[in-house]
Amino acid sequence: MNNGESEENVVIRVKDLKKYFELHVGMFKFWGEPIYVKAVDGISFDIKKGEVFGLVGESGCGKTTTGRLLTRLEDPTAGSILFHGKDIARLKGKGLKDYRRNVQMIFQDPYESLNPRFTVLKTVMEPLLIHGIGETYDERVEMVIKALEDAELKPAEEYLERFPHELSGGQRQRVAIARALVLRPQFIVADEPVSMLDVSIRAGVMNLMLDLREKYGIPYLFITHDIAVARYMSDRMAVMYLGKIVEMGETDEIIFNHLHPYTKALISAVPVPDPDHKHGRVEIKGEIPSPINLPPGCRFWPRCPYAQKGLCDVKDPPLVETKDGHYVACHFAKKFAAGEEVPEKEVATA
Amino acid sequence: MAKELLDVRNLSVHYKILAGWVYAVDNVSFKLNRGETMGLVGESGCGKTTTGYGITQLLASNAYIKDGSKVIFDGKDFVEMSTEPSKKFSGYRKIIEYHPEMRKYRWKRISMIFQGAMNAFNPVFKVGDQIIEAILTHEDITEEEARKRVEELYKLVGIPVDRIDNYPHEYSGGMKQRAMIAMALALNPDLIIADEPTTALDVVTQDKILGEMARLQKEKDVAMIIITHDVSVVAEMAHKMAVMYAGHLVETGTTRQIFKETAHPYMEALLKAFPSIKGERKRLKAIPGSPPDLSNPPKGCRFAPRCPYAKDICLEEEPPVVEVAPGHFSKCHFAEELYGELGGEAK
Repeated sequence: MNNGESEENVVIRVKDLKKYFELHVGMFKFWGEPIYVKAVDGISFDIKKGEVFGLVGESGCGKTTTGRLLTRLEDPTAGSILFHGKDIARLKGKGLKDYRRNVQMIFQDPYESLNPRFTVLKTVMEPLLIHGIGETYDERVEMVIKALEDAELKPAEEYLERFPHELSGGQRQRVAIARALVLRPQFIVADEPVSMLDVSIRAGVMNLMLDLREKYGIPYLFITHDIAVARYMSDRMAVMYLGKIVEMGETDEIIFNHLHPYTKALISAVPVPDPDHKHGRVEIKGEIPSPINLPPGCRFWPRCPYAQKGLCDVKDPPLVETKDGHYVACHFAKKFAAGEEVPEKEVATA
Repeated sequence: MAKELLDVRNLSVHYKILAGWVYAVDNVSFKLNRGETMGLVGESGCGKTTTGYGITQLLASNAYIKDGSKVIFDGKDFVEMSTEPSKKFSGYRKIIEYHPEMRKYRWKRISMIFQGAMNAFNPVFKVGDQIIEAILTHEDITEEEARKRVEELYKLVGIPVDRIDNYPHEYSGGMKQRAMIAMALALNPDLIIADEPTTALDVVTQDKILGEMARLQKEKDVAMIIITHDVSVVAEMAHKMAVMYAGHLVETGTTRQIFKETAHPYMEALLKAFPSIKGERKRLKAIPGSPPDLSNPPKGCRFAPRCPYAKDICLEEEPPVVEVAPGHFSKCHFAEELYGELGGEAK
């Protein structure tokens, strides 16, 4: 997608990635057509070296599934994931294990993602054992200490023998970060890593992740529902709606010059910590539809104030570049970009 | 002159646990007028929910209210009315369960929107029936009349009336939250206590619900206490706010005063740690350390171990509550000196 960019810099390239979950509802288990939930339905993006790529959207939009596909915790239905140019979408066995050494994940809930019976030492050392890294026990302990210090758990020796219940939420998430770092990964998927943390702790963990990016140049896929957090963390971001990317570009370009009506609604709905801020009303109707019965045409049209009958409810708009690096999936993107008036129309509701 | 509705004075709620006491809420005082919205903000475990539930006296069985605490609602002191001196612990009072007088206030005069309204409805009863039941418990009207009122309420909060006979699982998260608001309004209360009313919702739904709450609050002229960890929700909704840290109210005042003329170091730190989609992107400042264990709170100011301005006195003596401007209070030894110096959101 990024023509003219140096190919070497691309760490992850996702092309037309799809994940359909098959649903078995009652007797349809045995008869008739299977029903699919189209969790991720044809998305494409690149993540470059040292870049934080934010993926935002409401619950059920497919952002977590995307993260799980990239770490291959889920098998894609179609499409490809190129890791340094090599397709890893269908890897199995040893090849997959090798890939996982390079790609790590940080999960949302540090209360659940750490084994309560493992000490910090054992938790962080386990990936080393799985991948057979380090010659001796002492060498591995050395690596664990280095990773804990990278995660700003200092002095690391004090934490080694502690259990998760002896740690605060922020410290737990730092242990999870150390566990991801110990393998020196080339790519990290962080799925809502700060949404369980309190404000006073959250900033520290976010700053830590940004510092590590500076230090090691590790790119992140940063998944979050919180647009303010996504803005703080990411260089570029993509907005997802019902399994598709509707808008993608430089972070502040998306925050301030968004073109897609959904992005506009999403951003105008974000509360701002300033009592003088007057924010615009959200002009979209209803709630996110079920991903089982997707509307025909553009997925957003039943809620969109600009939807046009005969166009939006028939044809699915492709993701097109409106200006350098800014992609929008809307029939009126060009018109919005040029500042032309697009009449608000009511079409028959779905 | 607005009429005073609620006056909480020196409210202290402590929990008895095996290893001693948890000093969840200590000496909390604030006032609320009719038709006013107050935001009660703080991090998890700071005692904000205990404060909210302390008003309606809906506390766990190991909760004890300290002598001298007062919750005066419309001239009536709830603590005096519905608690008795504890037989086990001197200096504490225990809530009398199912107190008949108190039950006349709960839901009729003060209703609540519970945290995670998703799960507040009973899954085996129809949503409408649950609201009707609440009405019939408190008012002497027929079921048909109650159902009529539910229909009106549904229109008010924006749920299609034909959904009355649905079960909770047939509602989306936002609709359950709306139904919860309808239920809170069912008996025309004077005060609604909303505990994290939108925390589990997506931004677009959150925005709609907050808009709805603000509109209904104005229309019905009902007072509201919004308990939340999100300062931006308070900035949007509340006339005044109270900031809580480790069981103490550290700053109270109007929302504008607290955001623009911050007078307590904790609130300043909170604002600096909060990302925003407005303005420039600047590096956030984390607050070092973590909140204290409330079973063993630090002597002196509870924020002192994490405070960049702390001096010796802060570690030794509990700070007084200082009025830095009319109606603007800060519980800090250096409130006067820091007032005007602290970088609020504007700086």
